[in-house]
Amino acid sequence: MSETPNLAAPVKLSDAAIRRRMLAEFWFYFSQNRGAVVGLVVFVLLVLTAVFASVLAPHDPTTQYREALLMPPVWAEGGSAQFLLGTDAVGRDMLSRLIFGAQYSLFIGIVVVSVALVGGIIIGLLAGFFGGWIDNVIMRMMDVILAFPSLLLALVLVAVLGPGLTNAMIAIAIVYQPHFARLTRAAVMSEMKREYVTAARVAGAGNLRLMFKTILPNCLGPLIVQATLSFSSAVLDSAALGFLGMGAQPPAPEWGTMLAEAREFILRAWWVVTFPGLAILISVLAINLMGDGLRDALDPKLKRS
Amino acid sequence: MIRFILSKLLYLIPTFIGITIIAFSFVRILPGDPVLLMAGERGVTPERHAELSAQLGYDQPIVMQYFDFLGRLLQGDMGNSLVTKKPVLDEFLTLFPATVELGLCAIIIATVIGVTVGVFAAIKRGSWFDQISMTLALVGFSMPIFWWGLLLIIFFSGILGWTPVSGRISLLYYFPNVTGFMLIDSLLSGQKGAFASALSHLILPSLVLATIPLAVIARQTRSAMLEVMGEDYVRTARAKGMPQYRVIGIHALRNAMVPVVTTIGLQIGVLMAGAILTETIFSWPGIGKWMIDSISRRDYPVVQSGLLLIAALVMIVNLLVDLTYGLINPRIRVK
Repeated sequence: MSETPNLAAPVKLSDAAIRRRMLAEFWFYFSQNRGAVVGLVVFVLLVLTAVFASVLAPHDPTTQYREALLMPPVWAEGGSAQFLLGTDAVGRDMLSRLIFGAQYSLFIGIVVVSVALVGGIIIGLLAGFFGGWIDNVIMRMMDVILAFPSLLLALVLVAVLGPGLTNAMIAIAIVYQPHFARLTRAAVMSEMKREYVTAARVAGAGNLRLMFKTILPNCLGPLIVQATLSFSSAVLDSAALGFLGMGAQPPAPEWGTMLAEAREFILRAWWVVTFPGLAILISVLAINLMGDGLRDALDPKLKRS
Repeated sequence: MIRFILSKLLYLIPTFIGITIIAFSFVRILPGDPVLLMAGERGVTPERHAELSAQLGYDQPIVMQYFDFLGRLLQGDMGNSLVTKKPVLDEFLTLFPATVELGLCAIIIATVIGVTVGVFAAIKRGSWFDQISMTLALVGFSMPIFWWGLLLIIFFSGILGWTPVSGRISLLYYFPNVTGFMLIDSLLSGQKGAFASALSHLILPSLVLATIPLAVIARQTRSAMLEVMGEDYVRTARAKGMPQYRVIGIHALRNAMVPVVTTIGLQIGVLMAGAILTETIFSWPGIGKWMIDSISRRDYPVVQSGLLLIAALVMIVNLLVDLTYGLINPRIRVK
């Protein structure tokens, strides 16, 4: 921020410079929120863990060490340095499974949010841009989806499609999509009244160009915030589906599925239950902290207040 | 006000029709033949298949089937469970009080603690209480409640031995079902220790179910209070020399409650989703566990009607919230 140019003379900034300015401004507001920065750091660590899982994990996540069933963590009595966080009921290394589990959670979050975001943006743009009966029909359909508790609808969809990770992701994306559609529609409707849209129309821009190039970029703020929130809910809900036996199937080291397998040992081996849940909590918390920071940075109403 | 209620009711009709379409098509889009599915592994002869198809109406065009489904629905006929052979609606009504009891306890815990914490956090903005409680609220909001439930079981049931692990009441007690609420029925029965047993079964599940709503309500109350406390009328009240507790209690809290009431109402969907997980962990014999069991047993009539009933319920509660909101805040009515 030190290279402030001479303010007296109007300076024509290049696009790249404007983008740099906007990023700098964004970072300024984001970094005001200490929690958000902590969340970002944890999230980056999580991404690194997922990317370098095969390097970091001391063991293969599915190898069963039959001589070390339900071995406690290294610091507890009977623990061994070979298995830092202990082993599960069939002798698999907990730490390695947790590390590989990060891949699942991030993958699920990315896929669910991308599908829901793209679907929601297209539907919301159509409803907001064209209005009238198109808007009515689309929004009534969204109301219907929103009338169901999300986890219940996702569960039933998975029951119809068949249990498994892919179907769980599709189901969660379908359930989340109306939130994006509503947000997009509301933002589009308020942007449509602005003069720059009329100007673009007068200049001869077609519907598609108006929708995607003129209006959409100005609606992204709330969508980004919603995307972060949905990312954390997707991690939670997919873990819940895994826990209920409807998500990723064993022996996949998905955290929710690991918890489901660990349930019968809760009173005998606390570590098989504690660590996967802690991993879910930490990831979701980190993403939510980031979401709070993003809202502070992107919501113009909160700025400078 | 009547116009307001009527317009809200009219608005619900298309949503309700949409819900019935989804619940109806759910069984239709299942891969495979519904008759074969119901017959299970034994299979059926072609003659029996045709007979069953005709009996269940599957030989009719799909639109006719839908209207038939809708017609029976409006008469309160939701079919029978494939497993227990009992009418689905009866099963629902038997299990429903258990979920209501759990949900009510959870929402009471969440509201009482959430509003109190939120108000104090707002008054003492920036203090250690504010920071700690809001950090905890964010943790609660991010909590995988199925794991949280297991942790509480490990601690309170496993290590301390204070609470039972599952069910609604100890098997030692038996009394007639009057209201369906275990807490009330156990009191009415007059048996010594029955109420304590019911309460000890209820406490952990309600805490687990209350976690996320509690976090949401605390955060919402805090921000609503902060907003209201910056308003002119609060400053005026202060300037008049009104004592702090009256400014907060009468001027600020009342106005801050408007968005909070909506938030509390909107938690019903969260509660239903949470009930599925909570009831599974604590083997609580309610609607959530019933749905999960039916899904895993492929009892499709139950899943279909359960989905419909729960969605209708959420819709009705949301309508009631809207109406209450209109009562508290006249500005909404006019729009």
